[in-house]
Amino acid sequence: MNTVNLTCIGCPLGCQIEVMMGDDNEILLITGNTCPRGESYARKEVTAPTRIVTSSVRVYGSRTGERMVSLKTASDIPKDRIMDVIRDLRGVAVPCPVRIGDVLFKDVAGTGVDMIATKNVD
Amino acid sequence: MYDVVIIGAGVTGCAIARFLSAYRGSFCVLERSEDVCTGTSKANSAIIHAGFDAAHGSLMAKYNLLGNRMYPELAKELDFEYKNNGSLVLALHEEDIHKLEELMENGRKNGVEGLEIVGRERLKELEPAVGHVPVAALYAPTAGIICPFGATIAFAENACTNGVEFRFDTEVKGLGPAQDENGESCWVVQTAQGVIRTRTVVNAAGVYSDVLHNMVSADKIHITPRRGDYLLLDRKTGGYVKHTVFQVPGKFGKGVLVSPTVHGNTIIGPTAEDIDDKEGVETTAEGFDDLMEKAGFAFDDLPLREVITSFAGLRAHEDRHDFILGEVKDAPGFFDCAGIESPGLTAAPAIGKEIAGQLAEKLGLKENPDFVGTRKGFPDVKSLPPDEIAALVKEKPDYGRIVCRCEQVSEGAIIDAIRRPLGARSLDGVKRRVRAGMGRCQGGFCSPRIMDILAREWGVDPADITKAGGHSSVIVGLVKDRV
Amino acid sequence: MNKTDYDLIVIGGGPAGLAAAIGAYDAGEKNILILERDTRLGGILNQCIHNGFGLHTFQEELTGPEYAQRFADLVLERGIECRLDTMVVSVGTDAEGIKEVAAVNETDGLLRLRTRALILAMGCRERSRGALNIPGFRPAGIFSAGTAQRLVNIEGYLPGRRVVILGSGDIGLIMARRMTLEGAKVLVCAELMPYSGGLKRNIVQCLDDFGIPLRLSHTVVRIEGKERVEGVVLAKVGSDRKPIPGTEEHYECDTLLLSVGLLPENELTVGLGAEMSRVTGGPVVNESLETSVPGVFAAGNVLHVHDLVDYVSEEAKLAGESAAAYVRECREAEQAGTEKSRDRIPVGFSGGIRYTVPSSVDPGRVRHWIKFRFRVGEVMTNRRVVLSIDGESVLSRKRRVMAPGEMEELVLTKKVLDAHPDMKSLEIRIEEDN
Repeated sequence: MNTVNLTCIGCPLGCQIEVMMGDDNEILLITGNTCPRGESYARKEVTAPTRIVTSSVRVYGSRTGERMVSLKTASDIPKDRIMDVIRDLRGVAVPCPVRIGDVLFKDVAGTGVDMIATKNVD
Repeated sequence: MYDVVIIGAGVTGCAIARFLSAYRGSFCVLERSEDVCTGTSKANSAIIHAGFDAAHGSLMAKYNLLGNRMYPELAKELDFEYKNNGSLVLALHEEDIHKLEELMENGRKNGVEGLEIVGRERLKELEPAVGHVPVAALYAPTAGIICPFGATIAFAENACTNGVEFRFDTEVKGLGPAQDENGESCWVVQTAQGVIRTRTVVNAAGVYSDVLHNMVSADKIHITPRRGDYLLLDRKTGGYVKHTVFQVPGKFGKGVLVSPTVHGNTIIGPTAEDIDDKEGVETTAEGFDDLMEKAGFAFDDLPLREVITSFAGLRAHEDRHDFILGEVKDAPGFFDCAGIESPGLTAAPAIGKEIAGQLAEKLGLKENPDFVGTRKGFPDVKSLPPDEIAALVKEKPDYGRIVCRCEQVSEGAIIDAIRRPLGARSLDGVKRRVRAGMGRCQGGFCSPRIMDILAREWGVDPADITKAGGHSSVIVGLVKDRV
Repeated sequence: MNKTDYDLIVIGGGPAGLAAAIGAYDAGEKNILILERDTRLGGILNQCIHNGFGLHTFQEELTGPEYAQRFADLVLERGIECRLDTMVVSVGTDAEGIKEVAAVNETDGLLRLRTRALILAMGCRERSRGALNIPGFRPAGIFSAGTAQRLVNIEGYLPGRRVVILGSGDIGLIMARRMTLEGAKVLVCAELMPYSGGLKRNIVQCLDDFGIPLRLSHTVVRIEGKERVEGVVLAKVGSDRKPIPGTEEHYECDTLLLSVGLLPENELTVGLGAEMSRVTGGPVVNESLETSVPGVFAAGNVLHVHDLVDYVSEEAKLAGESAAAYVRECREAEQAGTEKSRDRIPVGFSGGIRYTVPSSVDPGRVRHWIKFRFRVGEVMTNRRVVLSIDGESVLSRKRRVMAPGEMEELVLTKKVLDAHPDMKSLEIRIEEDN
């Protein structure tokens, strides 16, 4: 048994939520939240936390002299894979032009999620 | 073999170089940092003293007065900013008024013109924002303010254009007398970049001038770095204070000055603390508190929330509290300009002219027939009338590309600052020349762009661009280079 | 000959300027010019590559550049004229109330333009180290968070490898994550106040996710390093926000990032002679977001610093619509020879509110509703926000928590206003909710 402490992000109140976990990583008790949104947030955070990852990578051949294009994972990825995604982007450069939504990297770091451009670069 | 090596590219060294360049000879300025004007000359009150303060009969008094009289003309010839705004020394108590009288008497003996003690009513007319405490003031109409960077860079640039060589990042490690191949006496200067031989040496090394002097003379001198904190207020406070306002030393201590700057900011300072570290330009919380409290004696509602930056400078205080100027008795060919603290900025051109003259006499130098004594400053979009902006941008489109939004400095001006003789190599170098990054956002918006322009103009990697030379790199690498 | 070059000039092509121009255009005034100092539209959003923008406006989570592009596209679709790389150097008004804008760029040189209406959308800047009076040396390696953000996201440079962050504003929090992801070690984030100025979500996802401690009631008391930052010293502060001796902790680092507040950039506004608020640093505006200078409107961070760009867009749209209405009124007034009168009922506030935008109301000019935006001075729980007209409470909204870092809003409908035709006073106050 162990407990996980979380800060709820649902509202400015920022409730300190304590989640008691069983030996098989099952949720035993959620306390400290003051609304149902807090509970569902805590449930997700302790079982399968995910994040959108954003970064920027180098471009070449930009007519306007831009150096970088920003990009993001097309959907959430598991939180513990964030650094793998970043490492996959090390040293890469993409050709211009790039449009918002262009898939720049397929299946980044084996997450099954693509990275797409979030900026137009001519 | 140089005729003259000047050690130190502060305002004194550069002023000497400029006056020396009116003679024919081979001259070199050695500077330990990467640019001119990086020591005491860059961090001071930026004022031109009238000359009533220095003890009558001292070198300070003599060169203060001479320098004060040279600046108006020099500012025109070399196109740097100078304003004759006058100064006031406030008496905060009735019992301090006699000190104003003593100062006035001393000033008259020194030859300062126009001194006058004014009562509270006239004081209010002269300085409408003055607070409720001051009872009277000594008014000195001949005092002024300048841009110390502008003046130093103008002296240096003009010297350079007239043939003086400048070597930066060249710290002097040692020096001593020697003989050349003809058996004539000369000097050998050991630097971080190799050995240099010269017939004469000028010691204009600021807080280090005792170190150099003591290398060659048995008559030792001792410089104490005296640190002074300053606060600089936003340009929007411009006009609040009109004169350079001092306080007469009284029961509140020495007092601080509050002055407009030539660029429309307000400066408050300095504190005074004797330290050991010749690089100890560290500001302190106590210093800031002290400045704010003392400035409050002169003005009731100084807009102190408009502070945009603070800094500390070191005065090269010699134990005897006077300038040490001229050839050292037991070291022929070695010329001191030591103990140059306030009023050193004011005295600089007078010292420059004097020392250049002494060197010319010693070496038998002839006039430089190609000497051009004038130079143009940097065009400033902010202060130009509309028609002139239009004409400038038409001629040089880069001047229409504003990089520093607070001070409205264009890419054209920044490029000019880099490409000129002795051009800027660092962010601070650009800042001192054209004020990019000097404004209220303190380079927040423009420093990445200036870094790029510097890298492009010098043909180096942006990672090699520094804030102020040495190890002051702005960036440390590329993103993800070590993930 | 036309008296003016444009009916409306918008200064600034960031989120506020773009939404304002669109608002004015869609309200029927099409002779608009946007002046933008950067090389592309979108303003500071272009460097905010993290996501979390647009939930209110587009009901989806976008990154900054995506959000900016949506608005830029709407501007371009409408054919609204934009001049990029153009810096406005001064603005003024002539005797007839025509606004004169002077701007410079490389191709046109000096532009001198005349317009009926003007929208100020210049945004804000970051408070610098100097404004904080942090003692110590002045080495390289001290950056405002936004400068670091530009270096990392736009230029691809790493500003430092071991980082201390002062201030827990949102940009600082976002940069804690960005720097970490780009390979730097963020040691700590110190906050002077006993609460964070940033959004909860950012504290969790930018600090907690990476194990970066947040030290509340702490500040930097010393910066070490003569050339490049070599360390900083943090100390705990007391309730007077002054450092407590003996609580100093040393951090070895090469970088100090500052995220200590944003200041509306209002030099042009001051130059126009508009009345300013000492609290927001922006101009004082009425229900139409019009400044004290008739025909000059303001929106976005130049008016008061926002937390969410969605609210900037919404506010700016209103400024655009108001400017269009002003232009129409000018035209009508020229034909009729009479001017529509103005009313100005000040908005009072109490109970911990620091300011309201707008700060005055002309009920006759409210179209459907009026949205008051305000901030509180400290964290408060279990409160009510009450709006009263002539002493009578007409609106009351429960708030479980209010914090200085989160902008509050309160909507007053035209219907309620119409029920008080002779309104003399209007007040918003915060009360305990028992």
